[in-house]
Amino acid sequence: MSVLAVIAQESALSDQGAWIANIFFYAIAAVAIMAALKMVTTQNVVHAALYLLVVLTAVAATYIVLGAEFAAVTQALVYLGAVMVLLLFGVMLTRAKIGIETDLDHEQKWMGALVAVVTGAVMGYSLWEAFGDVKLPADQMPQTTQQVSDSIFSTYIVPFEALSVLLLAALIGAVVVARRD
Amino acid sequence: MIAAEFPYWATSIFKLGMALAVVLAPAGLTVYLYLFKMVSFMQSRLGPMEAGPYGSMQLLAEVGKWAQKEDIVPERSDEFVYKAAPYVVLLSTFLLALVVPFGPGAQFVDFDTGIFFALAVSSVSVVGILMAGWASASKYSLMGGLRAAGQLIAYELPLVLAVVGVVIQAGSLNMQDIVTAQTTGEIFGWGAIGNPFIITQFVGFIIFLIAVQAELTQTPFDMPIAESELVSGYMTEYSGFRFLLFFIGEFATANIFAFLASVLFLGGWSVPPFVMDAIPGLAPEVTGLAGALNGTTGAATASFSSWFNLLGPIVMATKMLALTFIVYWVRFTFPRFREDQLQRFAWKVLIPLALINITVTGVLKVVF
Repeated sequence: MSVLAVIAQESALSDQGAWIANIFFYAIAAVAIMAALKMVTTQNVVHAALYLLVVLTAVAATYIVLGAEFAAVTQALVYLGAVMVLLLFGVMLTRAKIGIETDLDHEQKWMGALVAVVTGAVMGYSLWEAFGDVKLPADQMPQTTQQVSDSIFSTYIVPFEALSVLLLAALIGAVVVARRD
Repeated sequence: MIAAEFPYWATSIFKLGMALAVVLAPAGLTVYLYLFKMVSFMQSRLGPMEAGPYGSMQLLAEVGKWAQKEDIVPERSDEFVYKAAPYVVLLSTFLLALVVPFGPGAQFVDFDTGIFFALAVSSVSVVGILMAGWASASKYSLMGGLRAAGQLIAYELPLVLAVVGVVIQAGSLNMQDIVTAQTTGEIFGWGAIGNPFIITQFVGFIIFLIAVQAELTQTPFDMPIAESELVSGYMTEYSGFRFLLFFIGEFATANIFAFLASVLFLGGWSVPPFVMDAIPGLAPEVTGLAGALNGTTGAATASFSSWFNLLGPIVMATKMLALTFIVYWVRFTFPRFREDQLQRFAWKVLIPLALINITVTGVLKVVF
């Protein structure tokens, strides 16, 4: 049995456990929000990429707090190991000045900030309205990796296979576009 | 039986100390044994002889030397990123050590997705290397960092794909379940040595070892730090304590990957069943074995004697020393690949081979 399952069994259902989980959640959320703000305001491309890395790590940590071990590890493998490394790689190959870059600005930034605030408010409000006072049943356990894989390969086998065909098509498309001859 | 209950804070402090021991002690041992002494023997020289008997204290002297040196930060560098990079590399090493089991209970965290977690956090070190390469503000460092990133991305795929064969056979991602599957397994009904996956997954084992060699940027895959082309690659500008951190990270990660390989392919902390049968009280109680053997359920569960928590680390250390011997043997024997040969080898040889291995394993799993 995983550690998370033990924690869920022994503490998350009690008030004290919920308290601890909440403290961890708010700490992680604060880190994620701060890093996200720094990411869009920083004056250096590589710093922005590294802040994005912190945000994605915080998302993985949130999944751990929620008991979704498999999703957390997948997030780490895909976003930290592949996407972010490729992004850093690309940025460093093309433009990787050290120090402040002055052209990292845009005249529509206040419009962008407004859109972000409105989107966040709408999503937060609708979540609050829909699930604000819903409580999980007390015997709800986090899904184990085995349950996740069982449902992927039985209930959702057709969407899963369709997705892999789609990914293959995208892969071949990328090769065709990138080839010079 | 050894059984005792400790409060949470006591086990946490104990685990913290053990994490330091698990990362540093094997690194020190293998560096002295292989990097200092074995290579000296291979090159017909004595190696360090002055510090302590047979130079055994040489490593402490080296650490003292590095810790005293000036911590130089290049003037045009990005200071924070430059200083943080070695810690990111070392963080990846410690995260890797978290899931390695040294006994039925001797493990830091028993993740459901143990081996998957290990493969995910092993790529954190790439971020640290890219940070070091970029923040040093040196052409050599940047080239080294980019080479390292390209190489680690290319060789992470065969590493992951080689493990998939083991996971299919064991029926679990959990490290303890993989050990149990090998201990309780049988080869055509003969269970005296269990079923260590090195036999059935030999191709996977070879691919895993090659990919590990490349992940560690050890010769013949040391283009990122090729001293005749790039001075010292992404480490060029580092000195003193921060260089020492890179050094520890490199060799400690070699040991942790050897630990992982012994769990995946050599049966982990367990000993062969005929040894366990010979010693009274050591044989495990196994449940769900029939289902695991004909593939209808997941891995079998077994309850092992608590003595394995003491015996396991010794067994693991033995297997780790045998595997790191191969790593250093190859390191000091082979010449360096060329950059394009390295990429071609990964994408055109190792990855197709690993995919074929997965297909064959899957077919055989269904057939038997």
